[in-house]
Amino acid sequence: MALPGFGLIAIFIILPFFFAIALSFTNQRLISPNPTQFIGMANYSRLLGVGVTTIQPERDDEGEIIRNAAGAPEYPRLRTIIRGNPDFANLAGMREWFSWERSDEARTIVLARDVVFMKALVNTLLFVIIVAPVQATLALGLALLINQRLRGISFYRAVYFMPVVVSIVVVSLLWRFIYDGNNGLLNNMLSALTFGWFEGHDWLGDPSTALGAIMVMSIWQAVGFHMVIWLSGLQTISPTLYEAAAIEGASKAQTFRYVTWPGLRNTAVLILIVITMQAFALFAQIDVMTNGGPRDSTQTIVFQAVERGYGRQDISGGSTISVLLFLLVLTISLIQGFLTREKT
Amino acid sequence: MKTVTLSASIVALLSGTAVSAQTPLSMWYHGAGNVVESEIINGIVSDFNASQSDYVVSLESFPQGAYNDSVIAAALAGNLPDIMDVDGPVMPNWAWAGYMQPLLIDEDVIADFLPGTKGYYNDQLYSVGFWDAAVALVTRQSILDELGLRTPTLDDPWTGDEFNAALEAAKQSGNYEYAINLGMADAGEWYPYAFSPFLQSFGGDIIDRETYQTAEGVLNGDEAMAFGEWWQGLFEAGYAPGTSQDPADLDTGFTDGRFAFSWTGNWMALNTLLAFEDTLFLPAPDFGHGPKIGAASWQFGVSATSDHPEGASAFIEFALQDEYLAAFSDGIGLIPATPTAAEMTQYYSEGAPMAVFFDLSAAQGTLRPVTPGYVVAAKVFEKALADIANGADVADTLDAAVDEIDTDIQRNNGYN
Repeated sequence: MALPGFGLIAIFIILPFFFAIALSFTNQRLISPNPTQFIGMANYSRLLGVGVTTIQPERDDEGEIIRNAAGAPEYPRLRTIIRGNPDFANLAGMREWFSWERSDEARTIVLARDVVFMKALVNTLLFVIIVAPVQATLALGLALLINQRLRGISFYRAVYFMPVVVSIVVVSLLWRFIYDGNNGLLNNMLSALTFGWFEGHDWLGDPSTALGAIMVMSIWQAVGFHMVIWLSGLQTISPTLYEAAAIEGASKAQTFRYVTWPGLRNTAVLILIVITMQAFALFAQIDVMTNGGPRDSTQTIVFQAVERGYGRQDISGGSTISVLLFLLVLTISLIQGFLTREKT
Repeated sequence: MKTVTLSASIVALLSGTAVSAQTPLSMWYHGAGNVVESEIINGIVSDFNASQSDYVVSLESFPQGAYNDSVIAAALAGNLPDIMDVDGPVMPNWAWAGYMQPLLIDEDVIADFLPGTKGYYNDQLYSVGFWDAAVALVTRQSILDELGLRTPTLDDPWTGDEFNAALEAAKQSGNYEYAINLGMADAGEWYPYAFSPFLQSFGGDIIDRETYQTAEGVLNGDEAMAFGEWWQGLFEAGYAPGTSQDPADLDTGFTDGRFAFSWTGNWMALNTLLAFEDTLFLPAPDFGHGPKIGAASWQFGVSATSDHPEGASAFIEFALQDEYLAAFSDGIGLIPATPTAAEMTQYYSEGAPMAVFFDLSAAQGTLRPVTPGYVVAAKVFEKALADIANGADVADTLDAAVDEIDTDIQRNNGYN
């Protein structure tokens, strides 16, 4: 009976999964007349390779450190040291990821073979770490608000749920106009609220606000979905428990702490896992709103997987990113599962 | 593969026994959704089918956004049509991948064609375009007068300094939100198509065209660095909106009077002409190595798996008649491929409002690098331009782009 269903799952889910793992060890291209070759871990080392080097400040003829107008030591450009230099063959093709100065004497530079992927990794983790708790909390708040017997409450439920029903591509396009640097709705609103003091900001064009802007928009878009899950959890809690709490004279806070929250335990675990996985899959917003820019401030893992595999015709590179993402999500799910296990 | 040859031989067997055997030829086209375009191409197909009794061409149209993906999927599945169209700079990639075969067309037929319409790869003709596209610096005579600027001509275009001075004058006038619309909201092939000619005019390039094996020294040499600094300066000085530009600007920004100049293609020209009678289409500025604009648009070729390349080529040759080239031009505003066809058109005949694009295309048109690796290099270049526009370090960004392009070439065994 289950055979057709299982067959479909095998063809469309299990097979591609193993394909991705196998392809990540090859140099498979999207378009190529050349035969595919096994290249071992090269794709992984290309993505994950990092190196560290220390450079000295420039000195004048007397050996004094040359300082700029502000008194900070001047360092030579990294490219003049490592580019095409056989002494630094192990760092060839690497780029500065970040750096710091321990003292006036030296600057330590961390290089990565694929800085864009590293930034995508950091951005995605940041996105998950911020979006998961904020979205879950907001959704719970909304669920508590609409879990009341009031006339017209379904109207509010519908309003909160509306963004979930609209396609994420449409929502992203709309928010692109909202965030517009010149005449965007957000800028106009802030300007009106502050009586013209706020002069407008290019939210998606500024590397320091682009990811934050996408986080806000993503939280707003999906919060209704999680609200409904919380709501279903809330409605499974027996009313008799609330009656008992009321008779005992429990305050609202106490009722929430000792009746509602314990009753939502399983829902909470579910929501945390769902949000985490959805957040890791961040793609459509990036594709529509920023293309990973400005200056890689909104690169994400899935966007990079698609960009490599399809845009740059490097199927093996895209597969490798997918495998790494799988391992990452698996690890985090296992940790979540361990932390939220039933303690008996 | 076996089933394909098997079914092909069955088809051959059946058609051999049929009485009036017209060989069917399938054809794919990227222009679905445009009514005028469909009418013209359908007209050519039915004219061809009526003109001879050996072949019957059947046309299938795809939306442009899904066309390349459809071809790649069809190639992987072994289902390519006989005749297909291909974007000019992508052609070498498809020829190299074995998707296309050289055309069986006498080169005398296309002797008069604009250089950008001829798709040569490895000295063989793989594709021919019925039209070309060109980019110009769009402005109005009244704007030039207001800013006190000389009107550049094809023979005497602006120098880089004059161009920069013009942008500064537009900014200083305070009459425009931005001096120039570069179309930054149009991410994708627009970036390499529209902006790599600036780089080439500076003396750099996306890839070393001597060998096509590296970008080192070309995309990160002194000339390219100068280009990068200039490019970044456009955005730092506030001459042009950056990558977060409102997409609506592309269509209406210039006609609303919010820009003094616009760097756009001939396909936008008609709207501007309708809005302003004194619209000017100026040639690209010369940054030291000649004024240049991008060349090559969509072209037609024959798939490698076609069993009837002579029939497919016959169709393409049939479609290269001036009347069809003129029909495309009148219908959707494209630059006709030959001077004789241009004379027959509404917009490009001698003295017609857009004739200047024909001259621009002939005089300044520069092909994008003719190599299978262009497809990837273009993506890398696009990202580098966006990053530099957003303030990334010029030298580091161009170095990284060079490394990425070189790695891709090595991983493809030099694309040989």
